[in-house]
Amino acid sequence: MCGIFSVIDRNMTRMDGSSIKAALSSMDERGSGEGAGYVAYGIYPDFPDCYALHIFFDNIVDHKSKVDELLSKWGVIIHQEEIPTYEQPSLKRQHIPWRYFFKPYKDLMVGSLTPEEDIIIKTVMDINSGIDGALVFSSGKNMGVFKAAGWPEDVANFYRIEDYRGYIWLAHNRYPTNTPGWWGGAHPFNLLNWSVVHNGEITSYGTNRQYVESNGYKCTMHTDTEVVAYLFDYLGRRHKLTEELIVKALAPPFWDEIDSMPLSKSELNRAIRLIYGPALMNGPFGIVVAQSDGIVGFTDRIKLRPLVVGDDGTKLYISSEEAAIRRVDPNIGEIYMPKAGEPVIGRVVK
Amino acid sequence: MKLDNKIAIDANDIHYTQLNKLIRKAVAEKATDIVIKNVLGQRFIASGLRAEINIDIYGVPGGDLGMFMNGPICNIYGNCEHAPGNTMDYGKIIVHGSTGDASAHSMRGGEMYVRDRIGYRGGIHMKEYDQKKPTLVVGKSADDFLGEYMAGGLILLLGIGQEAPFYGRGIGSGIHGGRIVIRGEIEDKYLGLGVKRLDMDTSLLNEVQSRIKEYCNYFNLDATKLLDENYTVLGPASSRPFAGKYTWE
Repeated sequence: MCGIFSVIDRNMTRMDGSSIKAALSSMDERGSGEGAGYVAYGIYPDFPDCYALHIFFDNIVDHKSKVDELLSKWGVIIHQEEIPTYEQPSLKRQHIPWRYFFKPYKDLMVGSLTPEEDIIIKTVMDINSGIDGALVFSSGKNMGVFKAAGWPEDVANFYRIEDYRGYIWLAHNRYPTNTPGWWGGAHPFNLLNWSVVHNGEITSYGTNRQYVESNGYKCTMHTDTEVVAYLFDYLGRRHKLTEELIVKALAPPFWDEIDSMPLSKSELNRAIRLIYGPALMNGPFGIVVAQSDGIVGFTDRIKLRPLVVGDDGTKLYISSEEAAIRRVDPNIGEIYMPKAGEPVIGRVVK
Repeated sequence: MKLDNKIAIDANDIHYTQLNKLIRKAVAEKATDIVIKNVLGQRFIASGLRAEINIDIYGVPGGDLGMFMNGPICNIYGNCEHAPGNTMDYGKIIVHGSTGDASAHSMRGGEMYVRDRIGYRGGIHMKEYDQKKPTLVVGKSADDFLGEYMAGGLILLLGIGQEAPFYGRGIGSGIHGGRIVIRGEIEDKYLGLGVKRLDMDTSLLNEVQSRIKEYCNYFNLDATKLLDENYTVLGPASSRPFAGKYTWE
């Protein structure tokens, strides 16, 4: 059991984090105080073109110089600072959250159509798998993840989440089951602009991990959810699939349903299952994934985890519980539970 | 004659533990009616409560409303989250809205009436014993795996104002007791493993008709149209649908 809360303002009007904290904290029973986190998009308007790298350092003395050195090889650090935090009596500080605003030298990555992104992915993977005591947990533009091991309200107060204003928010309250609760294992998980919150477990993790690792990603967070971020990056950014098609690959219809579809539809679904078989995720899950232009929520094919949607036309909410949505918007017009495996998509209006 | 003793509770921003303490205090004070306003996500409301009492709930109660409850009649003016009526023993839950997944989960007695929709796995593992026979009546629609692993009781799905299918896949998967009654004809592809089509017998018909009347009474609907319709009756093909699946015998 975990709790998910997410919202997008389609007009890109930014909301501060106070209501997100209230919504997530209302689902404290869904967690165990061992992990909570938030991600917001649009929070760094002063550095819109820089990759905001959020890093947990075990300490500044031993580990930070190696990260500085690596970053300075691949690009230029425009600005860096410790992420402001505020001690909470019931939250034990285990790492020092730091942020870099970083611009990669794109001509260093030859033969790539997306050199900037590829440098960021390489840098993130190199730091996370090669530099002890440093963990990049957020690496997108004009967005950032804030997470720790603690209750939703404590983590929010630790980062003063109400000081950030974003047009997309995802929030997560963790109840760790299969892997330990630690700062890096808290959600959201992020790579580039992709962020993921997840309630459930991915029993096909072994297959999915092999698939993303054979395509250059490295799993370093000791928990299943990170593969979802890499699958979305691989299928979405590199294979340019739409969110609808990515969800079809990750939570596809059953074969007997495909067999009874009209030909054009069944051909598409069959092709996706055959090509992206190793991306299929088994097990119980409710997931919301964000990018800078939208969010998508979906559950596993037999609906083993809850997901509730609220829509007022401008704002789209996706949450584990209806009450959390009504805490933010008591008079929300439309509330419904999407079907299993059916993507719910909210996009910004440009 | 029992005198009316109505007690009001404001649930605004209070935790379910506190809310349930207030409910029990009201019961101890011989309340006949409790009205709870501003409910928002509090779990376990009236759980384990033994009392002949009427409880009106305004808002969205959290998961496991009325779990193990024995006696109260709960009227909910709003939607419920997951598993209302979980292992409920006796009493009624009347929902003026919709409910989440696993509604009436393991219910062992009493009645639940949902005006609109229920989520996935409604009535999963409902059971019956001796005089205890739980009933779940749903007005509009139910998602997949309705009556999964059902061991007893009655599920009645009316599909009011809905075009078929107002139900999902795997109806009655693993059913080994009880009856699922759904308005209209159902294609085989929606039926789960271990389900058999049965004929409507007189005693079941009487029961179905009286439940329909009660449902319509709660939600101010005309029962006439619903009483005229054909119903599909589903029950277990055997008492042990998965014998030999996991162990050799």
